[in-house]
Amino acid sequence: MHSLKEMRREFQRAFNVSTNRVKVAIGLGTCGIAAGGEKVWNAVNEYVENEGLDVDMMSTGCLGMCYAEPIMEVHMPGEPRFVYGNVKPETAVEILERHLKYGRPSPEYIVGQDPRGFEPAPNIMELKDTGFFKSQVKTVLGRCGIIDPEQIAHYIAFGGYEALEKVLSEMSQIEVIEEIKRSGLRGRGGGGFPTGRKWEAAYNSPGPKKYVICNADEGDPGAFMDRSILEGDPHSVLEGMAICGYAIGADEGYIYVRAEYPLAIKRLRKAIQDAEAMGILGDNILDSGFSFRIRIAAGAGAFVCGEETALMHSIEGKRGMPRVRPPYPAQSGLWGKPTNINNVETYANVPGIIRKGADWFAAMGTDNSKGSKVFALTGKIRRTGLAEVPIGISLRDVVFDIGGGIQNDRKFKAVQIGGPSGGCIPASHLDTPIDYDSLIQLGAMMGSGGLVVMDEDTCMVDVARYFLKFTQEESCGKCTPCREGTMRMLQILERICQGQGGPEDIDTLENLALVVKSTSLCGLGQSAPNPVLATLRYFRSEYEEHIFNKKCPAGICVELLDIIIDPAACKGCTLCKNVCPADAITGERKKPHSIDPEKCIKCQACIMKCPFGAITKG
Amino acid sequence: MANFRDIIGAFKDKPGGIIEAYHALQKEYNYIPKGAVAEAARVFGISEAQAYGVATFYSYLATEPRGKYIIRICESAPCHIAGADQVIKAFERHLGIKIGETTPDGKFTLEFAECVGQCQETPVVTINSVPYVGITPEDVPAVLDKCR
Ligand SMILES: Cc1cc2nc3c(=O)[nH]c(=O)nc-3n(C[C@H](O)[C@H](O)[C@H](O)COP(=O)(O)O)c2cc1C
Ligand code: SF4
Ligand code: SF4
Ligand code: FES
Ligand code: FES
Repeated sequence: MHSLKEMRREFQRAFNVSTNRVKVAIGLGTCGIAAGGEKVWNAVNEYVENEGLDVDMMSTGCLGMCYAEPIMEVHMPGEPRFVYGNVKPETAVEILERHLKYGRPSPEYIVGQDPRGFEPAPNIMELKDTGFFKSQVKTVLGRCGIIDPEQIAHYIAFGGYEALEKVLSEMSQIEVIEEIKRSGLRGRGGGGFPTGRKWEAAYNSPGPKKYVICNADEGDPGAFMDRSILEGDPHSVLEGMAICGYAIGADEGYIYVRAEYPLAIKRLRKAIQDAEAMGILGDNILDSGFSFRIRIAAGAGAFVCGEETALMHSIEGKRGMPRVRPPYPAQSGLWGKPTNINNVETYANVPGIIRKGADWFAAMGTDNSKGSKVFALTGKIRRTGLAEVPIGISLRDVVFDIGGGIQNDRKFKAVQIGGPSGGCIPASHLDTPIDYDSLIQLGAMMGSGGLVVMDEDTCMVDVARYFLKFTQEESCGKCTPCREGTMRMLQILERICQGQGGPEDIDTLENLALVVKSTSLCGLGQSAPNPVLATLRYFRSEYEEHIFNKKCPAGICVELLDIIIDPAACKGCTLCKNVCPADAITGERKKPHSIDPEKCIKCQACIMKCPFGAITKG
Repeated sequence: MANFRDIIGAFKDKPGGIIEAYHALQKEYNYIPKGAVAEAARVFGISEAQAYGVATFYSYLATEPRGKYIIRICESAPCHIAGADQVIKAFERHLGIKIGETTPDGKFTLEFAECVGQCQETPVVTINSVPYVGITPEDVPAVLDKCR
């Protein structure tokens, strides 16, 4: 067999040589671009050209520090790597002027430094000691934000395709499957099914033609880790798929990517082309006799296509509707052939397990949940971003240490985990270890790994309503309980939020939830009621406030708000009267004003206008 | 402008290629023109009803003409708790249309979207698939100016 060893050494040498040159790296995932990364790139490029500087510019995927995007890194020969955050085009130039010309970093913009074996600069935190990174492990995301995702040479220099080589040259199919089984890896797409056992079933399924599918339909509101992996390190997913193909005996793979991720599709295309050009994918890979091709199928905006049987229908060019299982994909999948389907992050874990061994992997995590998991931190959390942590870490560590707690010093209320199929977890359970089984006991689930943090100003009934609205709209309509049941539940929630809730509503919600859960055909319907059940479990009193006292304690549900002017604080400036679109405010100049609740449409314009803070909602 | 027959024909040997063909049609016309569905049915060997069923199943595909700029506002829970409501209202106000409508000059279409995977900075809006993150009602005029 043809080996990549020589080439890898050369790529490493080239990468190291490049680290002995001045390098500026800018994060250009969709997230970095949306935050203005391209403008920074252009400004830096122009500056470098105008000044005639000898600088290598590199585009990287994302480091996970969404809160600090755009991110620019500066590497000088013999110096640590300095990571600058929240960089604007002007500041980028200012930073480079000081750094490149006078050798002075600008600590006020630095998020952290990575010494890379050199003398660390004084008084600047090392990246790995910062709150955001301290409790993280970087295995799946190890190369994200470090390498240029469009350079296969970078991937190879960082150990890429070593696992595929190892598998093809020295492991039997069964040995690969056993190694994955021993690692304890479970599917990262939500269900948490043991990956090795899934592979084994596909291996045992007879037939000359089999398929490998990567599920990149990521659609849970609040989840974006798969996008980051695809944009920041696409080859790791291709390598995992090829290893799976070898193990189960498939020669063809599909990546089903949602249409909302054009940059991921573009980078995957390039990655596939580059790997084929080097003989790492395609026919007779590295002269091993094993052939494997990967194609891309783009979704078209249907969340239910993330469900595995719906996904396969969609690749076949049909409407993406789920079907009853069994047969499972391992028996009858794409075009009726045995198929193995896993999530993006699941595949991205595979090369590491093969390279470093199942024991290395199984040393991370808890008894039944091994390895690391990437979480997307969103909502009212101070540091939004992607955090990869050993499974079993507590929610408190993730939300408060890594995420830095709640924005604007508000109080933590709950965190939704598992998106629309999961549930919320209140402050009293923050010390729960995050693993598959503990979360289910709390009425939530690991799901794909979205963590939506909510503060005291979030209304839990309203949040449950929006998650249910999502599943209701995305229901494919095939089965009645899902289609009609979620609709009726949604109507009840809307009624409650509008102050029209009746005393029987909570019971009706709970009964409907049980029916929808137990009689829906696919996971969408089976889990759709979870956000409602979890909020009822932990925040029942909020429902009761809405129903019985017609109050929204968080002050969110507009119909339940009372906008009032405190006569003691009102100076009669008339500003509120002028801004009110409903003519609801009366009062004479210099005398306390008042609001007619019948006329008020609760637009809250007056609250923002009042210079004395005399108007409040409650 | 390319003929829709040619666009569809380019995918005829691709198993399951109909969705890709629809994507390609939309790239050209912003929606799937009427005759194209029948043509796709013929090329991919399925009934017209099936081809129409596929075109209407997916929220990214449209069988009615739409504006040059398709503005999709995410109203999934994370964007909602960050104030997407106000952003929706601001777009409606500035364009003088409601969600689901197209401006009379054929320039803008407003649509709801579910999470587009950019929740790192909410609320999120996409215009012809380009995400704009952390949008406030005050940002709306500037965002619209970029399209003009
Ligand atoms: C409605 C619905 C949506 C889903 N969406 C996704 C998704 O976006 N990505 C994913 O990997 N799995 C998703 N799943 C789970 C898949 O059906 C399947 O279990 C998974 O891709 C298996 O991969 P894993 O074992 O690696 O997790 C979804 C399931 C349901 C019911
Ligand atoms: S549970 Fe809902 S989404 Fe799943 S098949 Fe039934 S109707 Fe479709
Ligand atoms: S909330 Fe709006 S409608 Fe009500 S009093 Fe204030 S400005 Fe007028
Ligand atoms: S910086 Fe890319 S996802 Fe956060
Ligand atoms: S919830 Fe709006 S982009 Fe994810």
